[in-house]
Amino acid sequence: MEYKDYYKIMGVKKEATQDEIKRAYRKLARKYHPDVSKEENTEEKFKQVGEAYEVLKDPEKRAAYNQLGANWKAGQEFKPPPDWDAGFEFSGGGFTGGDASAYSDFFESLFGQDFSQAQSSQAPFHAHGEDHHAKISIDLDDAYNGAARTITLQTPKLDAKGHMTTHERTLNVRIPKGVKSGQRIRLAGQGSPGFGKGDAGDLYLQIEIKPHPFYRVEGQDIYLDLPVAPWEAALGAKVKAPTPVGVVDLKIPAGSVSGHKLRLKGRGIPGKPPGDLYVILHIALPPADDEQAKALYHQMEQALAFNPRAGLGV
Amino acid sequence: MSIKKEILTGLLLDEETTLSLGELSRACTVHAEWIIELVDEGILEPAGEDVTHWRFSGPSLQRARTAMRLQQDLEINLAGAALVLDLLEEIETLRTRLQVLDQE
Repeated sequence: MEYKDYYKIMGVKKEATQDEIKRAYRKLARKYHPDVSKEENTEEKFKQVGEAYEVLKDPEKRAAYNQLGANWKAGQEFKPPPDWDAGFEFSGGGFTGGDASAYSDFFESLFGQDFSQAQSSQAPFHAHGEDHHAKISIDLDDAYNGAARTITLQTPKLDAKGHMTTHERTLNVRIPKGVKSGQRIRLAGQGSPGFGKGDAGDLYLQIEIKPHPFYRVEGQDIYLDLPVAPWEAALGAKVKAPTPVGVVDLKIPAGSVSGHKLRLKGRGIPGKPPGDLYVILHIALPPADDEQAKALYHQMEQALAFNPRAGLGV
Repeated sequence: MSIKKEILTGLLLDEETTLSLGELSRACTVHAEWIIELVDEGILEPAGEDVTHWRFSGPSLQRARTAMRLQQDLEINLAGAALVLDLLEEIETLRTRLQVLDQE
């Protein structure tokens, strides 16, 4: 087990006042809160800060922790000295319910005993199993057609002796047709098992649609940039366009300009109502890389009185 | 593993999915009174006339859980949590828009 330097985690000095510790905690909690922060690994950091605060905010625990001595370094192999907490009265109550089970082994070894005593006197229904959260990436096709996905989860489990162990669990989960990025699927009872008579926690899967090389997804609408030739845009044409459910024939109206948006109603992600597919026209210029092409451009230059900058007044 | 596993079907928490007050409280493991406070604060907007007929949309579950964590972890009151939730939602919308624009 590794020694944890709670002062370092909180970024405060050993002599810090309770007020300073509280302020440091508030600041870090906002910074790393998984619901608010977009930084990586916030959950882990947030837990560490919470654990450090759990000890340092409580003068009794803090005093006991200080007495471990200043010679320990973070990460060092740690074993609590026998009778390390002799002379300290833990009045309990400093724990915030079931969260304590999420703290580190280091914390458990120091304050764990106190926890189980405090807990046993409380109503047993508090031991609802922990909920689990996982992200799951799917292809755009899966959102259109639905799919089944296999996911692997690390789940804590109590063994026969009451020790906490983790084991790997694989689940096959159906991804329903019509899911959107950011939506969640709730699998009731698939989280951690409950304690005593407590129900098992739930499993929440957050759906993320992987970026596609040419479709962009916004909610249930899809955007596609479609290159068209100048004459197709100018004269109108029937062209082929890809959609996630297959190629369609698309009528380009005469006189279309770059950026023109065509809506294919109901061709977005399925649902009630389904999303739309927006095709954005981009005029692609044929390269003038041979004599014939150059001649054609020259011909246009001479035959057409066209000033593309007329709107800019020049 | 050689055993063919069954495919689990979860509940998709979309706009069409609705939850009763009891279902929502159980899913959040909170008392119904706390959910009612969220409604009073405007954090959740159920359909239906009175408490017994309230129907919450799927995304309400996530909002309620986030509000719960904000309250517990950051000691934000419900009015503050309501503001945070609205701002988070707006940031999310802007991020998506930005992604679409960045690719153009």
